[in-house]
Parts: sequence; structure tokens; C-alpha cells
Amino acid sequence: MSEYTQKDSQGHSVGIVEKKLHTSAEPPGELELECGRRLGPITLAYETYGTLNAEKNNAVLILHALSGDAHVAGFHSAEDEKPGWWDSMVGPEKGIDTNKYFVVCSNIIGSCMGSTGPCAINPKTVMPYGLEFPVVTIGDMVRAQKTLIDALGIKRLLAVVGGSVGGMQVLEWCVRYPDMVAAAIPLATTTRHSALAIAFNEVARQAIMADPHWNNGNYYFGDRPKTGLAVARMIGHVTYLSDESMRLKFGRRLQDKSDFSFSFDPEFQVESYLRHQGKRFVERFDANAFLYITKAADYFDLAKQYGGGSMVEAFSKMDARFLIVSFTSDWLYPTYQSREMVKAIKKTGGDVSFCEIEAEWGHDAFLIPNPRLSGIIGGFLYRVFNETAR
Amino acid sequence: MKLPGKMMRFDLHLIASWIEPGARVLDLGCGEGSLLEYLIQHKKVVGSGIEQNESRVAKCIEKGLSVLQGDINVEIEDYPDDSFDYVILSQTLQQVYAPDELIRAMLRIGNKGIVSFPNFSHWRVRLQLLTSGYAPVTRQLPYQWYDTPNIRVITLKDFRKFAREVGYRILKEVAIDAQSTKRAGNIVRAMPDLRANYGIFLITDHC
Repeated sequence: MSEYTQKDSQGHSVGIVEKKLHTSAEPPGELELECGRRLGPITLAYETYGTLNAEKNNAVLILHALSGDAHVAGFHSAEDEKPGWWDSMVGPEKGIDTNKYFVVCSNIIGSCMGSTGPCAINPKTVMPYGLEFPVVTIGDMVRAQKTLIDALGIKRLLAVVGGSVGGMQVLEWCVRYPDMVAAAIPLATTTRHSALAIAFNEVARQAIMADPHWNNGNYYFGDRPKTGLAVARMIGHVTYLSDESMRLKFGRRLQDKSDFSFSFDPEFQVESYLRHQGKRFVERFDANAFLYITKAADYFDLAKQYGGGSMVEAFSKMDARFLIVSFTSDWLYPTYQSREMVKAIKKTGGDVSFCEIEAEWGHDAFLIPNPRLSGIIGGFLYRVFNETAR
Repeated sequence: MKLPGKMMRFDLHLIASWIEPGARVLDLGCGEGSLLEYLIQHKKVVGSGIEQNESRVAKCIEKGLSVLQGDINVEIEDYPDDSFDYVILSQTLQQVYAPDELIRAMLRIGNKGIVSFPNFSHWRVRLQLLTSGYAPVTRQLPYQWYDTPNIRVITLKDFRKFAREVGYRILKEVAIDAQSTKRAGNIVRAMPDLRANYGIFLITDHC
């Protein structure tokens, strides 16, 4: 997902918020991962907004995409220039209204945003894990998140919400802990990566691994594979946009030039934009974390893991009311992939609402302030709260 | 949620009156969801809808309705048999390419079907064709032949004949004289084939 800093269109900010840490799986009670290896202790970064009511039935768990973090809304300090990544959606009187709901946003294992991942210190070696870190899955991420929700004293989540890789976590939550999820909002997501999506991830990973500074993942005491990670980000970024959004945003316009310079310096606006995105990303993200999280997303296959290949079988294990949203210009997870979910839920007799929102912004559309998206999420949450909580 | 009851169309009120409390209802082409909203509030039904238009779907979901975006002819195929007590097709039959298949699917997934459509044998329609020689244009069917979404010409008698031939039982039928967007309307008891501009039928494929 990309970064957007547009001011929110409605409601106001949650204000100053604080990143918290939750630790679980202390040895000898390590988490047994899907790959067979054990991981512990596990730290998860998370943030909360709003107030958990006495009945503890107003909790909404938000799960973020590939490069996101637990900081979904508000500011960490008065000097912060940028709010959290979904500030347009989360806050008082916004789509996910923090006056009504207790909102939790959890980071994931494998990430570099405060949780246990390849750049964290391995307690056994007192060195960063690097490639010693086990390959984790979406399922492992969700199992770690469950210990956080348990620790917060929440027996049943009103809703689990997330876009892209966050949407995969939403689906995993629904199938793994059906009794704990009253409603689910998977946005711009898929039950499994297409060959196209895996291909882009693989090219991005190759860009990192081909950088000599990557050094088999062991770079924490020297130069980092900045070039590789920046290129990986540039590739990813293209898949988050669309032909239409790029045409509108850049066209063939040149950056600070009136004509070609007949060199390989960045000339087209789209080139300098991508370079800028790559450069900014390198400042905040870890190359190994990128490898691990993209791999987890590539491995995710709901039907294979939970339905013996049948999507209907996998969804029959869930008990949530669904709101599924796709975006017309999303070519990374196109609408047909959301429709497959809708179809499967209907076949199980489940409750599903679905909207394909007309948007030119490609896969990233779910991150961009959009009154229609806020409206349907708000209305859906209102309904499920009335149906399930009262 | 706002109370829509007072604003609801006459024909939708009639449809609602046929549905018992607590029923499972699917509304095909549910528009902005006014019927569903009414049924949920006043009849406590378990209701959902299908609608093709994105902004109408969004309005429904915003109101707190369970609605999905799609083509009714396609979406209806996914539901298991007998998923609903009532499947409603309100004022859409005349726009359907394969009405027989759609109605069959309605009665597969639902116990009963409610179908309403503009009556093409209204005396004004007959008179227009007879006197002018042009394809009729009325309040209920306000389009020219070349831009109309109403690709099927149906009369009350046609529908009864269809039901008889295919083997569907008509449990209830009502003919009305109403304007499509207004709340006001009358039930037409005398000479409905000539005087009603809409017909509403409750059908089943059970004997």
C-alpha cells in the first residue's frame, strides 16, 4: 500500500495516540509456526482508539496491508506532520467511528514496525534474526494477533477490517476463530494470489536479493540493500496504481524539463515519482521484512488450506456477516476475485453485502478518502452492532 | 434508520402486506432498498437484496441493509434451494431477457415468488396503438421503442397463461391503478385487464 496524506473529508482526528506492545509466546511456550519451527517470545505493536464498552462487544480490529503499521489514525506527537495510514476512515464520526467502537490496530509478525520480525533481536544469539527468522504465514500472523485480543479481554470482535494483505488476515481470522468474529470487512483483497500477483512479488524480491548489500539478509551492521528495496517498492507501487490513475496523474509529462535530455536521468514525472516513493520507503522499511511478508501473502490460499480446494467449504467454516468491497481499477486483486468470495458465501447461506466501487486509483483506492467507502462501512458496522450486540 | 413507511410506493405496500413476519426475503433489483427497509422494520423479516447500480447498492448498505451488487440473472444462481420464503421481482420482469428462467430460479431458491410488472393491455395502451399506429408511450412505460429498457411486453392475461402453461400456481393476484413513484393508488377489481396499469402476482411451484 502507498502513503496518502490527504486531509480527511469528514469527522475529526482521534488526536494524540500511543504505540503499545504486547508480548506472548515466551519460551518454553513458543508459537509453533506452520513451517514447523517455533517462535518466541513474540512482540506485537498495536494501537487502540475509543473505549471498550462494559459488554466488550464494540471492538473492531483493523489489519493493515504489506507495508503498513499499527498506527492507523491520529498523531504520535503534536509535532507529527502525518496522521496514521487510515486517518480518513478511523476517528470520531468517521466510517469507523471511535465514539462508538473500540478500535484496535495490530501489526504483524515478520514486520519491521515494532513487532517480532527479521530485523528484531533473536534472544538466542542477541543479534538481529535476519534470515534465521522463520518463514511465517498469514495464519501465524493471525494466531499471534489472537493472543493480543485475548489479552485485551475481548471474547468476540464486532468486526475485523482490512484491505489487501490486511484483507487476507481478515479472512484468516474468520476461518480460524469463527466464534470470535461477528462481522468481516475484507477490502480490495483475494483468497489467493494470482500468478500475476506472485510474479510481481517475485520480481520485487529478486530486486532486493540482487542488491550486493543484501548479503543473504545479513546487513544490519553495514550498508543496507537500499537500491534493491527501492526498486522493489517501485515495482509494487506500479501494481497499486492503474493505467487510468497514472495517465491522469502523470501522463507523459516531464519533470522540470521542457524536452528530452537524451540521458538516463529521471525525466518523466512518473519516473521521478517512483524514485521518490522508493527512496522514502527505504527510510522506513526493512528489506528482509518485505521478503517475509510478500512470501506470506503468496502462500495464502484459503480454499486450499481450509476447504480441500473448495472455496465454499472454506467459507462454510466461517460465521461472520460479510461486507466485501472491490474497486473497478484494481488490477492486482481484480473484482472477479472478490466475486468468487461472494459466490462462495451465498452458497453457504451466509450473509454477504458486496459493492464494487467505481474508482480510478487502482488497488490503493481503499486507502484514499472516499465518502462512499466510509458510508458503507459505517452503515454495515451500525447494522451488525444492532443485530449482534443488543 | 429513517422510517420509510409513509413514503413507500403503493405497490410495495401491497407486496409487503403479503409477507408474514419473520420471513426470509430476497428482493431482486432492490433499488435503494425501501421495500427491504420497510419489511425489516415492520415485519422483522430477514431480508437481503441484489442491485446492479453501484450508488444504489451503496445507499442500501449505508442504510444497514444486506445487499450485493450484481446482475440478478447471474447472482440468483448461487443460492441453495429453498433459501428464502419469498423472492421478489418488483417491476423488473419486463426488462429481463429470459423471464422464464429467472422465475424458475426464483422458485428454486424461494418457497414463493412475488412478481409485478406494468400491464400492457391497459385501455390507454390499446387505444394509443389503435388510433396512432405508434408503439405506445405511457407513464408506466415512458420510453420510445429504441431506448426502452422494457424489452418484454406483458399483460395480466399473458402472465396468467404463462403460469398455467408452466405449472405455477397463482396464490394471490392484485391489479392496481397507481403511479410508479407515488404512494397513492387503487386496487382495480372491475375489468382489471383493461383498467389496471400494474399487476402483482404471488406464485409458487408447489402443488
